Amino acid sequence: MNTSAVERSLTVEGVTKSFGGDPVISDITVHLNRGELVCLLGQSGAGKTTLFNVISGLYQPDAGRVLLGDENVTGTPGKISYMLQKDLLLPYMTVLDNAALPLVIKGVKKSEARERAWAEFEKFGLEGCQKKYPSQLSGGMRQRAALLRTYLSAAGVALLDEPFSALDTLTKSAMHKWYLGVMREIELSTLFITHDIDEAILLSDRIYIMGGKPGRITNEIVIDAPKPRPADFNLTEEFLQYKRKIVSML
Amino acid sequence: MTEKYRNITSKLSPALALALLVGVWAAVCGFGAIPASMLPSPGAVGAALVKEFPVLMRHAKTTLAEAFAGLGLGVALAFLFASLMDRFRILYQAAYPLLVITQTIPTIAVAPLLVLWMGYGMQPKIALVVLTTFFPITVALLDGYKSVDPDEISLLRSMGAGNLQVFRYIKFPASLTHFFSGLKISASYAIVGAVIAEWLGGFDGLGVYMTKVKKAYAFDKMFAVILLIVVISLLLMLLVTLLRKILMPWERRKF
Repeated sequence: MNTSAVERSLTVEGVTKSFGGDPVISDITVHLNRGELVCLLGQSGAGKTTLFNVISGLYQPDAGRVLLGDENVTGTPGKISYMLQKDLLLPYMTVLDNAALPLVIKGVKKSEARERAWAEFEKFGLEGCQKKYPSQLSGGMRQRAALLRTYLSAAGVALLDEPFSALDTLTKSAMHKWYLGVMREIELSTLFITHDIDEAILLSDRIYIMGGKPGRITNEIVIDAPKPRPADFNLTEEFLQYKRKIVSML
Repeated sequence: MTEKYRNITSKLSPALALALLVGVWAAVCGFGAIPASMLPSPGAVGAALVKEFPVLMRHAKTTLAEAFAGLGLGVALAFLFASLMDRFRILYQAAYPLLVITQTIPTIAVAPLLVLWMGYGMQPKIALVVLTTFFPITVALLDGYKSVDPDEISLLRSMGAGNLQVFRYIKFPASLTHFFSGLKISASYAIVGAVIAEWLGGFDGLGVYMTKVKKAYAFDKMFAVILLIVVISLLLMLLVTLLRKILMPWERRKF
């Protein structure tokens, strides 16, 4: 992993943000290498979502900057794809139009946007759902559709805010497996938020622990286990060691 | 099967209630409890409706033209105002109380003024329809715009969307449900508004016809025209429902 060939996808340097004089996050520095899946773990109120809003360009930070590759994208929305906590599929559009929306927003012609989105449906296990409305899909399928839309927002880096938290346990583990596969296929680097320690250990290459008030990065852990991880990885001693370590840090 | 059965019974009870009401009405007239000069029998009303049909249709055409013109203008103005008020908070704060106050002014009090200002043509009628339909639609649209989940806006912004795109892809479609509720109310208001304006003077229209037959104490024709107004209002509301089904296909396909 620590070779010079590692390519930085995303660099966040010294980001601080306060609301009305009340600091929410302070001096946050994190990075994401190409193809990596990195998790932000921490209690509610640690400012994880605020950090994502800064990285996605929705908020201008008080200090610090966000680099996508070498490009400074601080406070510039539309460069990094962002999936918010809810799936937020728009009910009045077909799944196809929902997926194509980010392309349309960027000025791609509607027919071309639809064509490009259509081509990705199979990869995301959504073949045959193009003409349906989101209300006709199950929870897992909606999440896939939302991920497809996120992917089409901007290739390269995705921010996912608790993407699987609303799903039941079985659907969740199926989605984990599926997501790791599809991520490799589309060469996506992912930074994601979770409350779930098991999920973090299972999916991540590295974990940042966030805590305090204002929120800071308190620890960084590398999960040094080969991927894809076996189905019973969460029953191994190795897994439990990681878990103990993380619990002690939180 | 049960769905269909429930559908039939749900339509059956109001139909029975209506039939009962007409039956009582016919009986009251038939036994001479109320003189026919005061309350015509259902049969007499029906006969008047048939006899006067060509005349009524001519008048209805004028009233409908006024109602549609007024409603169209009202909708256009409501869209403009609601969208601007949603975009500029200060405009909302300044104009909303005024809008509410204008609604407390009775239509019937403004109508004579409009006639004085604009004469006996169609203009004062259209103006009154605009005044009565504008408000419910504006309020419905404002509510619709406010009903949008702020996270949906964040999502679009994160894709790099500007204000217009947020409006087009989120606010506008989200407001449609509210808009159609407002339009349904406004459609019936439009007919009533046009008729009221016509009472106060004019050459054509159902309201003009009403004042004429009132002066002649022709109760059967009076009832006939009221019946026609009810039917036209119902048809307009049905038209709104149809339009809603066509323009909001996602509501139909829930499962």
